[in-house]
Amino acid sequence: MEKVSKKITKKEVEHIAWLAKIELTEDEKNLFTEQFNSILEYFQVIDEVATDKVLPSFHAVDLTGVLREDIVEPSLSREKALANASKKDKGFFKSPKIF
Amino acid sequence: MQTLPKRIKGFSNRLKSFEVNHMKKPHSLSAKEIIEKVRGGELKAEDCVLSIFNRIEEVEGRIHAYVTLTKELALQKARKIDAKVKNGEVLGRLPGVCIALKDNLCTEGILTSCSSRILDGFIPPYNATVVNLLLKEDAIIIGKTNMDEFAMGSSTETSYFGATKNPWDSSRVPGGSSGGSAAAVSAEEAVLALGSDTGGSVRCPASFCSIVGLKPTYGLVSRYGLIAYANSLDQIGPLSRNVYDCALLLNVLASYDPKDNTSIRVPSQDYTQFLVDDISDLKIGIPKEFFGEGIDERVSKIIWESIYTLEKLGATYEELSLPTLRYTLATYYLIAMSEASSNLARYDGIRYGYSIDYDSKNWNEVYSKNRRIGFGSEVKRRIILGTYALSTGYYEEYYLKALKVRTLIRDDFNKAFKKFDVLVGPTMPIPPFKIGEKITDPLSLYLTDLLTVPVNLIGSPAISVPCGFVDDMPIGMQIISPALREDLLLKVAHIHEQNNKFKDYAPKL
Amino acid sequence: MANNTLNKNVKIGLEIHCQLTNLNTKLFCSCSADYRGKPSNTHLCPVCLGIPGSLPVGNKDAVKDAILVALALESKIMNRLVFFRKNYFYPDMPKNFQISQYDKAGGVPIAIGGHVTIQAGNRKKKVEITRIQIEEDPAKLLHQGSIDISPYTLVDYNRAGIALLEIVTEPCLKSPKEARIFLQKLRAILEHLGVSDGKLEGAMRCDANISHIGGDRVEIKNISSFKEVERALTFEIVRQKSLLSRGIKIKMETRHWDDVRKLTISLRTKEKEQDYRYFPELDIVPITILKEEIEKLRRKMPELPDARWTRFMEKYKLPTYDAGVLTNNKALGDFFEECVKIYPYPKKVSNWIMTDLQRWLHEKNVEISKSKITPQALVSMIRLIDKGIISGKIAKRVLPELIITGKSPEEIVEEQQLLRISSRREIEKLADKVLENNPQAVKDALVDEKAVHYLVGQLMKLSKGKADPQLSNEIMKEKLKSFLNK
Ligand SMILES: [Mg+2]
Ligand SMILES: [Zn+2]
Repeated sequence: MEKVSKKITKKEVEHIAWLAKIELTEDEKNLFTEQFNSILEYFQVIDEVATDKVLPSFHAVDLTGVLREDIVEPSLSREKALANASKKDKGFFKSPKIF
Repeated sequence: MQTLPKRIKGFSNRLKSFEVNHMKKPHSLSAKEIIEKVRGGELKAEDCVLSIFNRIEEVEGRIHAYVTLTKELALQKARKIDAKVKNGEVLGRLPGVCIALKDNLCTEGILTSCSSRILDGFIPPYNATVVNLLLKEDAIIIGKTNMDEFAMGSSTETSYFGATKNPWDSSRVPGGSSGGSAAAVSAEEAVLALGSDTGGSVRCPASFCSIVGLKPTYGLVSRYGLIAYANSLDQIGPLSRNVYDCALLLNVLASYDPKDNTSIRVPSQDYTQFLVDDISDLKIGIPKEFFGEGIDERVSKIIWESIYTLEKLGATYEELSLPTLRYTLATYYLIAMSEASSNLARYDGIRYGYSIDYDSKNWNEVYSKNRRIGFGSEVKRRIILGTYALSTGYYEEYYLKALKVRTLIRDDFNKAFKKFDVLVGPTMPIPPFKIGEKITDPLSLYLTDLLTVPVNLIGSPAISVPCGFVDDMPIGMQIISPALREDLLLKVAHIHEQNNKFKDYAPKL
Repeated sequence: MANNTLNKNVKIGLEIHCQLTNLNTKLFCSCSADYRGKPSNTHLCPVCLGIPGSLPVGNKDAVKDAILVALALESKIMNRLVFFRKNYFYPDMPKNFQISQYDKAGGVPIAIGGHVTIQAGNRKKKVEITRIQIEEDPAKLLHQGSIDISPYTLVDYNRAGIALLEIVTEPCLKSPKEARIFLQKLRAILEHLGVSDGKLEGAMRCDANISHIGGDRVEIKNISSFKEVERALTFEIVRQKSLLSRGIKIKMETRHWDDVRKLTISLRTKEKEQDYRYFPELDIVPITILKEEIEKLRRKMPELPDARWTRFMEKYKLPTYDAGVLTNNKALGDFFEECVKIYPYPKKVSNWIMTDLQRWLHEKNVEISKSKITPQALVSMIRLIDKGIISGKIAKRVLPELIITGKSPEEIVEEQQLLRISSRREIEKLADKVLENNPQAVKDALVDEKAVHYLVGQLMKLSKGKADPQLSNEIMKEKLKSFLNK
């Protein structure tokens, strides 16, 4: 496979940061764009591996999935559930407005 | 007032226990000794706690291993244990043993921060499974240790609370990300500690602090309550000053947990029974790449000396090549960052953790600001890169590709394990480096994980044991075995330890 | 209106989210799933609140439910149960990702394909199912006033983590009405399977995508009930048509159905379109779905609406329409069958259910299961008519009382003195009064037959409908005759 140099642009960094919900300063955008390019360039080493017939390993060891019986167990008290909330109001978590 | 053993030339000689038992303070004792003494009524659990906290008072200012100390809770627990002893009640398996927990393990009612500002003030409403297991066995939790923020790092420098210092040289890093746990055990601020290992985070600081650190097989120890960094790689592991204590702690940790779908059902066993002095049938594989490019030659030399020692004790060794090692770092980072980007999405500051004041502000703005202020640079870097690797158009090229290479890496190791019982090499390619030396160049820091990440990718266990010193700085040897062969690791580690003078060395503090 | 006209230019696809209301616990934790009417944020644990470190473990019965539904829709059940994460941020998301399933990137939904046959006008239509998947419900958001002016959002996480089935159709529906008929049918199927009670508030919700030929697809989110579906789709079709007629191109976007103001508002356009970054949920280990397990469930399959429809026609000799209505709502069908068990005149029972009972329930927006009427009560009422104790007209007054109070018809008749007046003397008295009060009508009656009906009507009115109509008619005519002879 021919090695094509992949470059991430500042605009892409901006978009990805928006997806990840992380606000970045101008300086950070510039720094990250530069750092990401050197890191991604390093990651490109895996491009040389032929993987056409290889299955992905999501887990590396053999695991057996199990399901749980549909039996109720006690929940947290409301007080405990809300204890760490930034803002709460009459038994509700108070979240910023959505529009 | 008892006096500490005399220290020599940068080391303190942690003298052979039988010689100094009568004069050692409880914090210097091994877990094995503490258990025996507490059981026999010779030592009170309360005195263990007091001794540990005296030691913490004495040295913590120079180490900064802890982010939270829980002296009162520890004393309460100790008194309960002492009452049990007095009343002749049945004791757990770790009575009076003071344990430090990495601050990514959830502890009910005790601040848990992952050394991140984003978890500001977070008090979990529940205990991690391992915490419950420890408490059930009458271990005493003494505090939560500093770490790289969200376990992302190899130096404990990315902590929001500032760096932990290497007890052997306070200008150097203790390794990471479980640097606080390793430093605490090394500096005798804890008898044992738990860390977590996603790409070497238990073994790296164990190596840098000259203690024992084990990453168990993926699934052997429940992850329930371990705050995820990369969930297909994370595994909780013990840190101790000797192999026997490591086995004792693993006895308690290795337990099937129905709350963790990735938990493996294995019969519980006593790992200390494997610590026997016979390795006559042992076949050791030496991956050439573990001694190749990027590895400090002084480190290689020390590891080779230990291999020769093992040979003298009856083992055979042979070199081999693991060609896919060339791809492990890229593979590891792509997988870890991708998973992290999703695992760390929940930190938005609403249900817990740091938030700006958001009256009449839009959620999108609030989340983005909270995450900007709450996360440190390295965490942001990994989240954004991971988001990129999973995003439309890049998923196959990066994430899926990495998972396929992971298969090939596993195949490569499996082939080696057909021929060899264990693989041996250095834990870290270089001795502990200076604080600040690498932190500004992320890639150079990633490169130090070269030798530790392979086992996380393949799910196998690995242990790091003290092996010697380069310029007075600790070097660790890594032993790798096939999945669920912790017995082999511990056996080899034990024999190595018994035939290596460095186990008796302690940092001068 | 776009509502009823089949529009060849419109394509509608639905994505239905049905809660598996028969489960005791949530999808990935052991919190009680019985959250309706409970105080906010009391059905939470570290898992469903997204507390760091917690891990999900799947509910066995949720998988069984999903397989049952797949069997009922004749979908192909996949042999592996794999969960994926759908990554996006929103205040109703405890983890800012949803554990769901995916049909790409190595993922498989629990089932693919299948269909639901609906009665569209007088022909049958197969609505094609794309896939069925299992996923978790997000939390419930409460706004002060309408969504776009609310100063903040209150969150109740009790609903978060409730097991959902997402059922996706091909874009093969042609009108809002067809969409509604399809949803009703689907609901009936789920009810007959016993997996989801679609009548519970919010138990079945739906997103729709609508496109006009030549226009981009528009997705509408947050349609929370069936009544709203038709309304939201109609609104959107009209909106799109009016844009097209003005030569404005419809762009791909996601819109929100505001069920307070009854209109759709733009949530986001394509430029800021979500990228869900689906990837495997590695905290859940994939499971093999065994053929034997599927066969075991197949053998337990209850009767479905179509089979019941046929049976109602054959066994009870009901007309197609009656049988259709009665089997399109499980509780209604069950009610009917209970009645017929104790009163073997199906058509009579059906008539009462189909007309007065249904109309009342519909007008008051009450489900039969929530009303107090019992099959015994309805049957007793019909028997009172049969015996001539009350008239059909009186029965129409008794019926609502049965529904509201749950009393027996005998009790109601007694309490309200609704017994039929069949005494000659009493009716004669009433007739005299009517004749006295309506001198003009009496004059007219002598020449016009219609005025006789009027006078009888007045008599019935005076008796509050209780007078025996035949006897009243007879007596009135006799009285008029004697008037004539005077
Ligand atoms: Mg969905
Ligand atoms: Zn829960």
